[in-house]
Amino acid sequence: MANKDDIKFLSNPKIGQNRKKYCRFRRFGIKHIDYKDADFLLQFINEQGKILPRRITGNSLKYQRKVASAIKRARQLALLPYVADLLK
Amino acid sequence: MRNFEVTFIVDPVLSNDEIKETAQTYVKSITEIGGNIVFIDEMGLRQLAYNIAKRSSGIYYCIEFQLEDPSFIAVMELALTRDERVLRYLTIQLDKFGIKYNDDKRKGLIGKRKKPVTDAVPPADAVAPKSENVAPAE
Repeated sequence: MANKDDIKFLSNPKIGQNRKKYCRFRRFGIKHIDYKDADFLLQFINEQGKILPRRITGNSLKYQRKVASAIKRARQLALLPYVADLLK
Repeated sequence: MRNFEVTFIVDPVLSNDEIKETAQTYVKSITEIGGNIVFIDEMGLRQLAYNIAKRSSGIYYCIEFQLEDPSFIAVMELALTRDERVLRYLTIQLDKFGIKYNDDKRKGLIGKRKKPVTDAVPPADAVAPKSENVAPAE
């Protein structure tokens, strides 16, 4: 028979806790987002090339706007696609 | 005095000399008008994310310059539009953070950092110079 101690580890205890999101630009003091750095901007778009919402990235509004404009500039210069499939 | 940055894509079909000449014409026109060239970045041949004018790659150039009279931008953009050697261009005005970022990038402060953004604890030296721009996750 399994006693209490065994049961405790049957499921991952960390699954339920969701880590608090934060704005990486505020935390690391990044003031300017370069539209030419496509690899960096890749973190803020999904597989289809769509801009991820703040809800998911955790960016503050100020920097989400800057990220969005940087991505749109990168798209104009063909550094990032407007539409894509399996981008990542 | 304002800082601007123009990025344009040159047709890769052209010969090496023609490509250099294309970039040089715009550098020359900026200096003629009294502008101050800060830096010319040859980003080189890159694959385009989508085809432009039936080309799947292009040579990227980025010129950062200072200008007293911003009305020249319209003149330059018109010339870029009419130039058949240029596939695409984008001109932006840099704010103080952008100037600082480009300055740091030239000094090699950015891009060296290989640490991913997701690190919970920022590296100690990232906090000390306040305006240092971190471009993590290569």
